[in-house]
Amino acid sequence: MPDTMMNLHSIAAAVPEIYLTAAICIVLLFEAFVGAKRPGATGTLTLLVLVVGAALTVAYADVAQRVVLFDGTYVADPLAYVLKLAGFLAVAVTLLYSRAYLQNRDILKGEYYVLSLSALLGIFVLISADSLLTVYLGVELLALSVYAMVAFDRESGVAAEAAMKYFVLGAIASGMLLYGMSIVYGLTGTLNLDGIAVALSAPHNLGVILGLTFIVVAVAFKLGAVPFHMWLPDVYDGAPTSVTLFIGTAPKLGYFALALRLLAHGLAGVTVDWTAMLAPLAVLSLVVGNVVAIAQTNIKRMLAYSTISHVGFILLGFVAGTVNGYGAALYYTLVYVLMALGFFGVVILASRKGFEADKLEHYKGLYRRDPLLALAMAMLMFSAAGVPPFIGFWAKLRIIQALWETQHLWLVVTAVVMSVVGAFYYLRVVKLMYFDEAPESLPDTVRSFGVRFALGVNAAAVLVLGILPAPLLDLCARVIR
Amino acid sequence: MLVEILFYIFATLLVAGALGVITARNPVYSVLFLVFSFVNSAAIWLLVEAEFLAIVLVLVYVGAVMVLFLFVVMMLDINLAEIRQGFTRFAWLGWITALALIAEITAVIWRNGLGGLDVGRGFVSEPANYSNTLELGRVLYTHYAYPFELAAVLLVVAIVAAIALTLRRRPGLKVQDISHQVAVRAEDRLRVVKVAAEKRS
Repeated sequence: MPDTMMNLHSIAAAVPEIYLTAAICIVLLFEAFVGAKRPGATGTLTLLVLVVGAALTVAYADVAQRVVLFDGTYVADPLAYVLKLAGFLAVAVTLLYSRAYLQNRDILKGEYYVLSLSALLGIFVLISADSLLTVYLGVELLALSVYAMVAFDRESGVAAEAAMKYFVLGAIASGMLLYGMSIVYGLTGTLNLDGIAVALSAPHNLGVILGLTFIVVAVAFKLGAVPFHMWLPDVYDGAPTSVTLFIGTAPKLGYFALALRLLAHGLAGVTVDWTAMLAPLAVLSLVVGNVVAIAQTNIKRMLAYSTISHVGFILLGFVAGTVNGYGAALYYTLVYVLMALGFFGVVILASRKGFEADKLEHYKGLYRRDPLLALAMAMLMFSAAGVPPFIGFWAKLRIIQALWETQHLWLVVTAVVMSVVGAFYYLRVVKLMYFDEAPESLPDTVRSFGVRFALGVNAAAVLVLGILPAPLLDLCARVIR
Repeated sequence: MLVEILFYIFATLLVAGALGVITARNPVYSVLFLVFSFVNSAAIWLLVEAEFLAIVLVLVYVGAVMVLFLFVVMMLDINLAEIRQGFTRFAWLGWITALALIAEITAVIWRNGLGGLDVGRGFVSEPANYSNTLELGRVLYTHYAYPFELAAVLLVVAIVAAIALTLRRRPGLKVQDISHQVAVRAEDRLRVVKVAAEKRS
């Protein structure tokens, strides 16, 4: 048991969480006293909060090695540092993109920002969880904030329906997670993930596998892997696009950490068993995600199914069960978040007041109406399809390499075939934008400079990091050891 | 020995109550069965000398949460026939899943026992000056300080979410504005109308 005496210096590594908790309270108070008089001020403050938070994280949470705090409930390591910075960046970009959208739909309220910050806190708790208890609290904190965000537009019946589905299915997944955790806790006698890893290194019994099954189901649900993916298209489609942008990006970092900490670290003793469980889930996600996406006419649904197929790829990294595999999964997660920020960002920028650009046909002839937006979208679609030199290619390649090293030939073949199938619907969007005529006069896209500049940088990053993949690849390999 | 007998009595009642929750046709009965289950689990906690938890369970769950539940169930006009539609159609799937799960759990325990977990230890009685509340407080604010704080944040988020989703200021809402009522003047409300006297015909 670590020393229970704490001083300010010893908890320095936990600065991101402590700061964010304080910031949530400040933003809430600011909204109560100032927000009503100056709509939009809370949003600016929140962006400032995120920038300061990233700076504080760089200053305090950049630890050289694993630091376990708060009696084994909290862990700070280089992986947590990288994921937290990515979390700050993803949420800041999300809020930047969605501002005009929120204003147009009359849901620009301070609570929206408070809930985004609390969801980010939940993500951080997941990233730094070192105990079953903290894992669960992180999952709930994130989920609760996100449920409310999905239902935020109260005029929309579809959003309310999506939130209800998400809530009910999410509650079932939480129940699964708790059930699995209670079995594992009962058999190992500890909540601490390091302790569980030690207890499971000894010969274990079937009971652990029973508990593991529930945990795998819960993790698969949270990530949206087939057959636990039913909620995902409905929620992505029903939620306001700004919320879709939010739940499609930052939470993935948290759920990646959830899988890594729970399965790859805590339950490392039964890696053989959970890789065998994840393999069919990954294959099903690839097949269902890519094939069903072809049939979609709604771009948000199409991107939801594409998410499912990307989740399949991330899971394949875990199936490899090696350090290389986890590194590849981390790389894929970061790349996916970068791409998702881009393509949901385009959907937001193409929407105007009273017009939701959520049908594929709304993108017909986008090139003529807005060449820059079309170019950004085309780059993102090429990247998601895995065309070199874009970054998505390297992400897929790393996963396939990790699988090749571990002799998973069938999985390699499936992954490659399904990438080719997936390329069809990504390239169809490019075809619609560049070679089709717009059927009717559609409203103009958002023209404000700042947001367009951010989106341009986002799309450029997909290309630049694809041409120079080494720094990010090295980083991912270094933080997972 | 007496404690063991009591445990089995309460455990049986608890399981029976839990079955009642999911089989009762009337939702109000379901809620009452749930109350019954909670009281029985509180009794089991008393047997392991976790008095504080037992009292909290009765006070918070039975006293507050379930009463609220009961209100909600009684106030909502739930059409049961509509909900039950299609229920029996998928009931076989539920039965198969439940039976498979029970079979799996039984098989695991049958073949492996509980894997070194000492379940035959029975109930340990603590010394007379043992205070459950004190012991809980000791670990809650030291070893579990971080999860404890997180739980507090979770509650704040729940409040923010609930208010953000339910508090509406739409036009035409019939609410009392007290300060407006107090500040009212006679001339705002009262209009003196001069009516010319009619001549009697």
